[in-house]
Amino acid sequence: MSPLTAILVRDLRIAMRVGGGALMGVLFFLVVVTLTPMALGPDLTLLQRIGPAILWLAALLASLLALDRLFAADHKDGSLDLILLGRAPLELVVAVKALAHWLTTGVPLIIAAPLIGLLLNLDAGAEAALVLTFLVGTPALTFIGLIGAAIAVTLRRGGLLLAVLVLPLAVPVLIFGVAAANAAVAGPVPFGTPFTILCGLTLASLVVGPFAAATALRQEIE
Amino acid sequence: MAIADLANPTRFLKFANRTIPWLGGLTLVLFAFAINQAISAPDDYQQGAAVKIMFLHVPGAWLGMLGWGVMTVAALGTLVWRHPLADVTAKATAPIGAGFTLMCLVTGSLWGRPMWGTYWVWDARLTSVLVLFLLYLGVIALWRTVDDPARAARAAAILTLVGALDLPIIKFSVDWWNTLHQPASVFRLGAPTIDASILIPLLISALAFTLLFAVLLLAAMRNEILRRRVRTLRLLQASTAG
Repeated sequence: MSPLTAILVRDLRIAMRVGGGALMGVLFFLVVVTLTPMALGPDLTLLQRIGPAILWLAALLASLLALDRLFAADHKDGSLDLILLGRAPLELVVAVKALAHWLTTGVPLIIAAPLIGLLLNLDAGAEAALVLTFLVGTPALTFIGLIGAAIAVTLRRGGLLLAVLVLPLAVPVLIFGVAAANAAVAGPVPFGTPFTILCGLTLASLVVGPFAAATALRQEIE
Repeated sequence: MAIADLANPTRFLKFANRTIPWLGGLTLVLFAFAINQAISAPDDYQQGAAVKIMFLHVPGAWLGMLGWGVMTVAALGTLVWRHPLADVTAKATAPIGAGFTLMCLVTGSLWGRPMWGTYWVWDARLTSVLVLFLLYLGVIALWRTVDDPARAARAAAILTLVGALDLPIIKFSVDWWNTLHQPASVFRLGAPTIDASILIPLLISALAFTLLFAVLLLAAMRNEILRRRVRTLRLLQASTAG
Protein backbone atom coordinates (compact mmCIF):
# COMPACT_ATOMS: atom_id res chain seq x y z
CA MET A 1 0.00 0.00 0.00
CA SER A 2 1.37 3.40 -0.90
CA PRO A 3 1.74 5.89 1.96
CA LEU A 4 -1.17 8.00 0.69
CA THR A 5 -3.59 5.06 0.54
CA ALA A 6 -2.39 3.96 3.96
CA ILE A 7 -3.17 7.37 5.42
CA LEU A 8 -6.59 7.43 3.75
CA VAL A 9 -7.51 3.99 5.10
CA ARG A 10 -6.14 4.80 8.54
CA ASP A 11 -8.07 8.08 8.81
CA LEU A 12 -11.30 6.43 7.64
CA ARG A 13 -10.84 3.64 10.21
CA ILE A 14 -10.16 6.07 13.04
CA ALA A 15 -13.25 8.09 12.14
CA MET A 16 -15.49 5.01 12.00
CA ARG A 17 -14.45 3.51 15.31
CA VAL A 18 -15.46 4.41 18.83
CA GLY A 19 -14.37 7.94 19.67
CA GLY A 20 -13.99 8.87 16.00
CA GLY A 21 -17.25 10.76 15.89
CA ALA A 22 -17.93 10.41 12.16
CA LEU A 23 -21.69 10.67 12.62
CA MET A 24 -21.50 13.46 15.18
CA GLY A 25 -21.64 16.03 12.39
CA VAL A 26 -24.91 14.64 11.00
CA LEU A 27 -26.41 14.60 14.46
CA PHE A 28 -25.41 18.22 14.97
CA PHE A 29 -26.82 19.04 11.52
CA LEU A 30 -30.15 17.47 12.48
CA VAL A 31 -30.27 19.31 15.80
CA VAL A 32 -29.54 22.71 14.25
CA VAL A 33 -32.18 22.21 11.56
CA THR A 34 -34.68 21.11 14.21
CA LEU A 35 -33.99 24.20 16.28
CA THR A 36 -34.65 26.66 13.44
CA PRO A 37 -38.43 26.14 13.19
CA MET A 38 -38.59 26.50 16.96
CA ALA A 39 -37.01 29.94 16.65
CA LEU A 40 -38.93 30.97 13.51
CA GLY A 41 -42.28 29.34 14.17
CA PRO A 42 -43.75 26.39 12.26
CA ASP A 43 -44.83 28.34 9.19
CA LEU A 44 -44.34 25.80 6.39
CA THR A 45 -44.36 28.31 3.51
CA LEU A 46 -41.67 30.38 5.23
CA LEU A 47 -39.62 27.27 5.99
CA GLN A 48 -39.93 26.12 2.41
CA ARG A 49 -38.67 29.45 1.17
CA ILE A 50 -35.65 29.66 3.49
CA GLY A 51 -35.10 25.89 3.76
CA PRO A 52 -32.04 25.72 1.48
CA ALA A 53 -30.43 28.58 3.41
CA ILE A 54 -31.06 26.86 6.75
CA LEU A 55 -29.64 23.58 5.49
CA TRP A 56 -26.55 25.27 4.06
CA LEU A 57 -25.93 27.19 7.26
CA ALA A 58 -26.33 24.03 9.32
CA ALA A 59 -23.94 22.16 7.00
CA LEU A 60 -21.39 24.94 7.32
CA LEU A 61 -21.56 24.79 11.12
CA ALA A 62 -21.50 20.99 11.16
CA SER A 63 -18.42 20.81 8.95
CA LEU A 64 -16.76 23.43 11.14
CA LEU A 65 -17.44 21.40 14.25
CA ALA A 66 -15.31 18.46 13.14
CA LEU A 67 -12.43 20.48 11.73
CA ASP A 68 -10.25 20.60 14.80
CA ARG A 69 -10.04 16.80 14.68
CA LEU A 70 -8.28 16.98 11.30
CA PHE A 71 -4.78 17.47 12.71
CA ALA A 72 -5.13 17.92 16.48
CA ALA A 73 -5.21 14.21 17.41
CA ASP A 74 -2.31 13.44 15.06
CA HIS A 75 -0.36 16.27 16.57
CA LYS A 76 -1.04 15.05 20.09
CA ASP A 77 0.07 11.45 19.54
CA GLY A 78 3.08 12.38 17.40
CA SER A 79 1.95 10.85 14.12
CA LEU A 80 1.92 14.31 12.53
CA ASP A 81 5.67 14.55 13.13
CA LEU A 82 6.13 11.21 11.39
CA ILE A 83 4.03 12.40 8.47
CA LEU A 84 6.16 15.54 8.23
CA LEU A 85 9.35 13.46 8.26
CA GLY A 86 7.96 10.97 5.73
CA ARG A 87 8.82 10.90 2.05
CA ALA A 88 5.30 11.45 0.72
CA PRO A 89 4.81 15.10 -0.31
CA LEU A 90 3.09 16.93 2.50
CA GLU A 91 0.66 18.73 0.16
CA LEU A 92 -0.69 15.40 -1.08
CA VAL A 93 -0.84 13.91 2.41
CA VAL A 94 -2.80 16.91 3.62
CA ALA A 95 -5.14 16.63 0.63
CA VAL A 96 -5.70 12.93 1.35
CA LYS A 97 -6.44 13.68 4.98
CA ALA A 98 -8.96 16.29 3.88
CA LEU A 99 -10.50 13.75 1.50
CA ALA A 100 -10.88 11.25 4.35
CA HIS A 101 -12.39 14.00 6.48
CA TRP A 102 -14.87 14.89 3.75
CA LEU A 103 -15.82 11.23 3.26
CA THR A 104 -16.64 10.89 6.95
CA THR A 105 -18.23 14.29 7.62
CA GLY A 106 -19.34 15.73 4.27
CA VAL A 107 -20.82 12.64 2.62
CA PRO A 108 -23.11 11.79 5.58
CA LEU A 109 -24.47 15.35 5.36
CA ILE A 110 -25.20 14.89 1.66
CA ILE A 111 -27.02 11.63 2.36
CA ALA A 112 -28.98 13.09 5.25
CA ALA A 113 -29.88 16.36 3.53
CA PRO A 114 -32.93 15.08 1.55
CA LEU A 115 -34.41 13.43 4.65
CA ILE A 116 -33.89 16.48 6.80
CA GLY A 117 -35.15 18.66 3.95
CA LEU A 118 -38.54 16.96 4.37
CA LEU A 119 -38.77 18.60 7.79
CA LEU A 120 -38.55 21.96 6.06
CA ASN A 121 -41.21 21.13 3.48
CA LEU A 122 -38.82 21.08 0.50
CA ASP A 123 -40.22 19.56 -2.67
CA ALA A 124 -38.43 17.02 -4.85
CA GLY A 125 -36.93 19.57 -7.25
CA ALA A 126 -35.50 21.66 -4.43
CA GLU A 127 -34.09 18.57 -2.74
CA ALA A 128 -32.35 17.40 -5.89
CA ALA A 129 -30.81 20.84 -6.40
CA LEU A 130 -29.79 20.97 -2.75
CA VAL A 131 -28.08 17.58 -2.89
CA LEU A 132 -26.20 18.65 -6.03
CA THR A 133 -24.99 21.87 -4.39
CA PHE A 134 -23.99 19.94 -1.25
CA LEU A 135 -22.10 17.40 -3.36
CA VAL A 136 -20.12 20.15 -5.05
CA GLY A 137 -19.93 22.64 -2.18
CA THR A 138 -19.06 20.61 0.93
CA PRO A 139 -15.55 19.70 -0.36
CA ALA A 140 -14.88 23.44 -0.58
CA LEU A 141 -15.91 23.84 3.07
CA THR A 142 -13.54 21.04 4.08
CA PHE A 143 -10.61 22.34 2.04
CA ILE A 144 -11.04 25.92 3.24
CA GLY A 145 -11.36 24.62 6.79
CA LEU A 146 -8.20 22.62 6.24
CA ILE A 147 -6.19 25.86 6.21
CA GLY A 148 -7.66 26.98 9.51
CA ALA A 149 -7.14 23.55 11.05
CA ALA A 150 -3.47 23.60 10.05
CA ILE A 151 -2.98 27.11 11.44
CA ALA A 152 -4.69 26.31 14.73
CA VAL A 153 -3.18 22.86 15.24
CA THR A 154 -0.68 23.74 17.95
CA LEU A 155 -2.92 26.16 19.83
CA ARG A 156 -4.72 25.68 23.05
CA ARG A 157 -8.33 26.80 22.72
CA GLY A 158 -7.86 26.37 18.98
CA GLY A 159 -11.48 25.40 18.26
CA LEU A 160 -13.05 28.78 18.80
CA LEU A 161 -10.28 30.59 16.96
CA LEU A 162 -10.70 28.14 14.11
CA ALA A 163 -14.33 29.19 13.69
CA VAL A 164 -13.41 32.88 13.68
CA LEU A 165 -10.70 32.33 11.07
CA VAL A 166 -12.58 30.00 8.74
CA LEU A 167 -16.14 31.36 8.63
CA PRO A 168 -15.37 34.68 6.88
CA LEU A 169 -13.40 32.79 4.22
CA ALA A 170 -16.40 30.52 3.60
CA VAL A 171 -18.69 33.44 2.69
CA PRO A 172 -18.48 32.91 -1.12
CA VAL A 173 -19.24 29.18 -0.86
CA LEU A 174 -22.27 29.88 1.29
CA ILE A 175 -23.54 32.59 -1.05
CA PHE A 176 -23.25 30.54 -4.22
CA GLY A 177 -24.42 27.31 -2.59
CA VAL A 178 -27.61 28.92 -1.36
CA ALA A 179 -28.01 30.92 -4.57
CA ALA A 180 -27.83 27.79 -6.70
CA ALA A 181 -30.26 25.88 -4.49
CA ASN A 182 -32.69 28.80 -4.53
CA ALA A 183 -32.29 29.40 -8.25
CA ALA A 184 -33.45 25.86 -8.98
CA VAL A 185 -36.72 26.56 -7.17
CA ALA A 186 -37.54 30.20 -7.67
CA GLY A 187 -35.22 31.65 -10.33
CA PRO A 188 -34.79 34.31 -11.69
CA VAL A 189 -31.25 33.21 -12.52
CA PRO A 190 -30.87 29.77 -14.14
CA PHE A 191 -29.47 27.08 -11.85
CA GLY A 192 -26.35 26.71 -13.98
CA THR A 193 -24.87 30.16 -13.34
CA PRO A 194 -24.34 30.05 -9.57
CA PHE A 195 -23.73 26.30 -9.72
CA THR A 196 -20.83 26.69 -12.15
CA ILE A 197 -19.32 29.38 -9.96
CA LEU A 198 -19.70 27.07 -6.96
CA CYS A 199 -17.81 24.39 -8.90
CA GLY A 200 -15.10 26.96 -9.63
CA LEU A 201 -14.81 27.90 -5.95
CA THR A 202 -14.47 24.23 -5.02
CA LEU A 203 -11.77 23.63 -7.61
CA ALA A 204 -9.88 26.71 -6.41
CA SER A 205 -10.10 25.58 -2.79
CA LEU A 206 -8.84 22.12 -3.78
CA VAL A 207 -5.69 23.80 -5.07
CA VAL A 208 -5.17 26.55 -2.49
CA GLY A 209 -6.18 24.54 0.60
CA PRO A 210 -3.53 21.79 0.58
CA PHE A 211 -0.68 24.17 -0.27
CA ALA A 212 -1.59 26.72 2.40
CA ALA A 213 -2.23 24.01 4.99
CA ALA A 214 1.05 22.22 4.22
CA THR A 215 2.95 25.50 4.50
CA ALA A 216 1.26 26.23 7.81
CA LEU A 217 2.11 22.79 9.19
CA ARG A 218 5.76 23.08 8.11
CA GLN A 219 6.04 26.50 9.71
CA GLU A 220 4.50 25.51 12.98
CA ILE A 221 6.04 22.16 13.65
CA GLU A 222 9.79 22.23 13.45
CA MET B 1 20.68 55.99 3.73
CA ALA B 2 19.37 53.28 1.44
CA ILE B 3 15.98 51.73 2.09
CA ALA B 4 17.58 48.31 2.60
CA ASP B 5 19.42 49.71 5.65
CA LEU B 6 16.08 50.13 7.40
CA ALA B 7 15.72 46.35 7.48
CA ASN B 8 17.99 46.43 10.50
CA PRO B 9 15.73 46.98 13.53
CA THR B 10 18.19 49.29 15.31
CA ARG B 11 18.55 51.52 12.26
CA PHE B 12 14.78 51.39 11.82
CA LEU B 13 14.33 52.59 15.41
CA LYS B 14 16.67 55.51 14.76
CA PHE B 15 14.81 56.34 11.55
CA ALA B 16 11.43 56.06 13.27
CA ASN B 17 12.51 58.23 16.18
CA ARG B 18 13.72 60.93 13.83
CA THR B 19 10.79 60.73 11.43
CA ILE B 20 7.78 60.44 13.73
CA PRO B 21 7.86 64.02 15.15
CA TRP B 22 8.23 65.59 11.68
CA LEU B 23 5.68 63.39 10.05
CA GLY B 24 3.33 63.83 13.00
CA GLY B 25 3.68 67.61 12.76
CA LEU B 26 3.03 67.52 9.04
CA THR B 27 -0.05 65.36 9.65
CA LEU B 28 -1.39 67.88 12.17
CA VAL B 29 -0.90 70.78 9.75
CA LEU B 30 -2.55 68.84 6.95
CA PHE B 31 -5.47 67.90 9.20
CA ALA B 32 -5.97 71.56 10.13
CA PHE B 33 -6.03 72.41 6.42
CA ALA B 34 -8.34 69.47 5.65
CA ILE B 35 -10.83 70.47 8.38
CA ASN B 36 -10.78 74.03 7.12
CA GLN B 37 -11.42 72.81 3.57
CA ALA B 38 -14.16 70.48 4.73
CA ILE B 39 -15.95 73.27 6.56
CA SER B 40 -15.76 75.64 3.65
CA ALA B 41 -16.86 72.99 1.13
CA PRO B 42 -20.40 73.59 -0.12
CA ASP B 43 -23.30 71.41 0.99
CA ASP B 44 -24.69 68.93 -1.46
CA TYR B 45 -27.91 70.06 -3.11
CA GLN B 46 -29.63 66.82 -2.08
CA GLN B 47 -27.78 65.54 0.97
CA GLY B 48 -27.09 68.86 2.68
CA ALA B 49 -24.22 68.91 5.16
CA ALA B 50 -24.35 65.14 5.58
CA VAL B 51 -22.25 64.79 2.45
CA LYS B 52 -19.27 65.87 4.56
CA ILE B 53 -19.29 62.51 6.31
CA MET B 54 -17.64 61.38 3.09
CA PHE B 55 -14.42 63.12 4.15
CA LEU B 56 -14.08 60.52 6.93
CA HIS B 57 -15.81 57.63 5.22
CA VAL B 58 -13.82 57.36 1.99
CA PRO B 59 -10.35 57.61 3.58
CA GLY B 60 -11.46 54.96 6.09
CA ALA B 61 -12.45 52.58 3.33
CA TRP B 62 -9.30 53.25 1.39
CA LEU B 63 -6.91 52.81 4.32
CA GLY B 64 -8.75 49.74 5.55
CA MET B 65 -7.93 48.10 2.23
CA LEU B 66 -4.42 49.56 2.15
CA GLY B 67 -3.84 47.96 5.56
CA TRP B 68 -4.51 44.49 4.21
CA GLY B 69 -2.22 45.27 1.27
CA VAL B 70 0.60 46.24 3.65
CA MET B 71 0.00 43.06 5.64
CA THR B 72 0.12 40.96 2.45
CA VAL B 73 3.49 42.38 1.45
CA ALA B 74 4.74 41.88 5.01
CA ALA B 75 3.42 38.29 4.95
CA LEU B 76 5.59 37.57 1.91
CA GLY B 77 8.54 39.05 3.79
CA THR B 78 7.78 36.78 6.74
CA LEU B 79 7.38 33.56 4.77
CA VAL B 80 10.05 34.09 2.12
CA TRP B 81 12.81 35.89 4.01
CA ARG B 82 11.77 35.23 7.60
CA HIS B 83 12.53 38.84 8.29
CA PRO B 84 11.69 39.98 11.84
CA LEU B 85 10.82 43.49 10.68
CA ALA B 86 8.20 42.03 8.33
CA ASP B 87 6.66 40.26 11.36
CA VAL B 88 6.66 43.55 13.23
CA THR B 89 5.05 45.36 10.28
CA ALA B 90 2.30 42.77 9.92
CA LYS B 91 1.51 42.78 13.63
CA ALA B 92 1.51 46.58 13.89
CA THR B 93 -0.68 47.04 10.81
CA ALA B 94 -3.53 44.74 11.84
CA PRO B 95 -5.13 46.91 14.57
CA ILE B 96 -4.59 50.11 12.54
CA GLY B 97 -6.22 48.62 9.46
CA ALA B 98 -9.05 47.26 11.59
CA GLY B 99 -9.48 50.71 13.13
CA PHE B 100 -9.80 52.43 9.76
CA THR B 101 -12.18 49.74 8.52
CA LEU B 102 -14.31 50.28 11.61
CA MET B 103 -14.22 54.03 10.96
CA CYS B 104 -15.50 53.36 7.45
CA LEU B 105 -18.32 51.15 8.77
CA VAL B 106 -19.38 53.51 11.56
CA THR B 107 -19.33 56.69 9.47
CA GLY B 108 -21.08 54.86 6.65
CA SER B 109 -23.72 53.71 9.07
CA LEU B 110 -24.22 57.24 10.42
CA TRP B 111 -24.38 58.56 6.88
CA GLY B 112 -26.89 55.88 5.91
CA ARG B 113 -29.31 56.84 8.66
CA PRO B 114 -30.30 60.27 7.25
CA MET B 115 -29.81 59.28 3.59
CA TRP B 116 -31.28 55.80 3.36
CA GLY B 117 -33.37 55.85 6.54
CA THR B 118 -31.51 52.97 8.13
CA TYR B 119 -28.19 52.34 9.88
CA TRP B 120 -27.47 49.12 8.06
CA VAL B 121 -28.35 47.64 4.70
CA TRP B 122 -27.17 44.26 3.43
CA ASP B 123 -25.76 45.96 0.41
CA ALA B 124 -22.80 44.46 -1.44
CA ARG B 125 -20.23 47.07 -0.47
CA LEU B 126 -21.27 47.18 3.17
CA THR B 127 -21.18 43.43 3.44
CA SER B 128 -17.77 43.04 1.87
CA VAL B 129 -16.28 45.72 4.12
CA LEU B 130 -17.85 43.98 7.12
CA VAL B 131 -16.22 40.71 6.07
CA LEU B 132 -12.89 42.54 5.71
CA PHE B 133 -13.35 43.80 9.27
CA LEU B 134 -14.08 40.25 10.49
CA LEU B 135 -10.93 38.99 8.76
CA TYR B 136 -8.92 41.72 10.51
CA LEU B 137 -10.36 40.64 13.86
CA GLY B 138 -9.47 37.02 13.06
CA VAL B 139 -5.85 37.97 12.36
CA ILE B 140 -5.68 40.02 15.56
CA ALA B 141 -7.18 37.11 17.51
CA LEU B 142 -4.53 34.83 16.02
CA TRP B 143 -1.75 37.22 17.06
CA ARG B 144 -3.16 37.25 20.56
CA THR B 145 -3.45 33.44 20.82
CA VAL B 146 0.05 32.30 19.87
CA ASP B 147 2.59 33.25 22.52
CA ASP B 148 5.78 32.76 20.48
CA PRO B 149 6.03 35.87 18.25
CA ALA B 150 7.90 34.17 15.38
CA ARG B 151 5.36 31.35 15.13
CA ALA B 152 2.45 33.76 15.46
CA ALA B 153 3.93 35.77 12.60
CA ARG B 154 4.08 32.77 10.26
CA ALA B 155 0.57 31.60 11.11
CA ALA B 156 -0.79 35.12 10.63
CA ALA B 157 1.14 35.44 7.36
CA ILE B 158 -0.54 32.37 5.88
CA LEU B 159 -3.94 33.61 6.98
CA THR B 160 -3.19 37.03 5.50
CA LEU B 161 -2.20 35.57 2.13
CA VAL B 162 -5.26 33.32 1.99
CA GLY B 163 -7.36 36.33 2.96
CA ALA B 164 -5.76 38.39 0.20
CA LEU B 165 -6.75 35.69 -2.28
CA ASP B 166 -10.23 35.42 -0.86
CA LEU B 167 -11.06 39.11 -0.48
CA PRO B 168 -11.58 39.77 -4.21
CA ILE B 169 -13.70 36.61 -4.41
CA ILE B 170 -15.78 37.73 -1.42
CA LYS B 171 -16.16 41.16 -2.96
CA PHE B 172 -17.27 39.70 -6.26
CA SER B 173 -19.58 37.07 -4.74
CA VAL B 174 -21.22 39.63 -2.50
CA ASP B 175 -21.77 41.91 -5.49
CA TRP B 176 -23.43 39.07 -7.30
CA TRP B 177 -25.47 38.05 -4.27
CA ASN B 178 -26.78 41.56 -3.89
CA THR B 179 -27.79 42.01 -7.50
CA LEU B 180 -29.74 38.80 -7.25
CA HIS B 181 -31.81 39.97 -4.32
CA GLN B 182 -32.17 43.70 -4.72
CA PRO B 183 -31.35 45.08 -8.12
CA ALA B 184 -30.38 48.75 -7.97
CA SER B 185 -33.09 50.25 -5.82
CA VAL B 186 -33.28 53.00 -3.21
CA PHE B 187 -29.85 52.11 -1.93
CA ARG B 188 -28.03 53.33 -4.98
CA LEU B 189 -26.58 56.73 -4.34
CA GLY B 190 -27.22 57.89 -7.87
CA ALA B 191 -24.30 58.47 -10.23
CA PRO B 192 -21.85 60.27 -7.94
CA THR B 193 -20.05 62.54 -10.35
CA ILE B 194 -18.27 64.43 -7.62
CA ASP B 195 -17.86 68.13 -8.18
CA ALA B 196 -14.39 69.62 -7.77
CA SER B 197 -15.57 71.71 -4.79
CA ILE B 198 -16.06 68.48 -2.86
CA LEU B 199 -13.48 66.31 -4.59
CA ILE B 200 -10.52 68.52 -3.61
CA PRO B 201 -11.32 68.57 0.15
CA LEU B 202 -11.85 64.81 -0.10
CA LEU B 203 -8.42 64.27 -1.61
CA ILE B 204 -6.79 66.51 1.01
CA SER B 205 -8.59 64.63 3.75
CA ALA B 206 -7.51 61.31 2.25
CA LEU B 207 -3.90 62.52 2.16
CA ALA B 208 -4.10 63.63 5.80
CA PHE B 209 -5.49 60.28 6.90
CA THR B 210 -2.86 58.44 4.86
CA LEU B 211 -0.14 60.38 6.66
CA LEU B 212 -1.85 59.53 9.94
CA PHE B 213 -1.80 55.88 8.91
CA ALA B 214 1.94 56.13 8.23
CA VAL B 215 2.68 57.88 11.54
CA LEU B 216 0.59 55.40 13.52
CA LEU B 217 2.24 52.50 11.72
CA LEU B 218 5.76 53.82 12.39
CA ALA B 219 4.93 54.41 16.05
CA ALA B 220 3.28 51.00 16.44
CA MET B 221 6.27 49.30 14.79
CA ARG B 222 8.66 51.16 17.10
CA ASN B 223 6.64 50.08 20.12
CA GLU B 224 6.51 46.51 18.90
CA ILE B 225 10.30 46.36 18.43
CA LEU B 226 10.81 47.76 21.93
CA ARG B 227 8.23 45.32 23.33
CA ARG B 228 10.12 42.43 21.76
CA ARG B 229 13.40 43.65 23.22
CA VAL B 230 11.82 43.85 26.67
CA ARG B 231 10.52 40.32 26.18
CA THR B 232 13.97 39.03 25.20
CA LEU B 233 15.59 40.79 28.17
CA ARG B 234 13.01 39.28 30.53
CA LEU B 235 13.58 35.80 29.10
CA LEU B 236 17.35 36.28 29.52
CA GLN B 237 16.88 37.50 33.06
CA ALA B 238 14.65 34.56 33.92
CA SER B 239 17.11 32.05 32.47
CA THR B 240 20.14 33.52 34.25
CA ALA B 241 18.38 34.04 37.59
CA GLY B 242 17.47 30.37 37.97
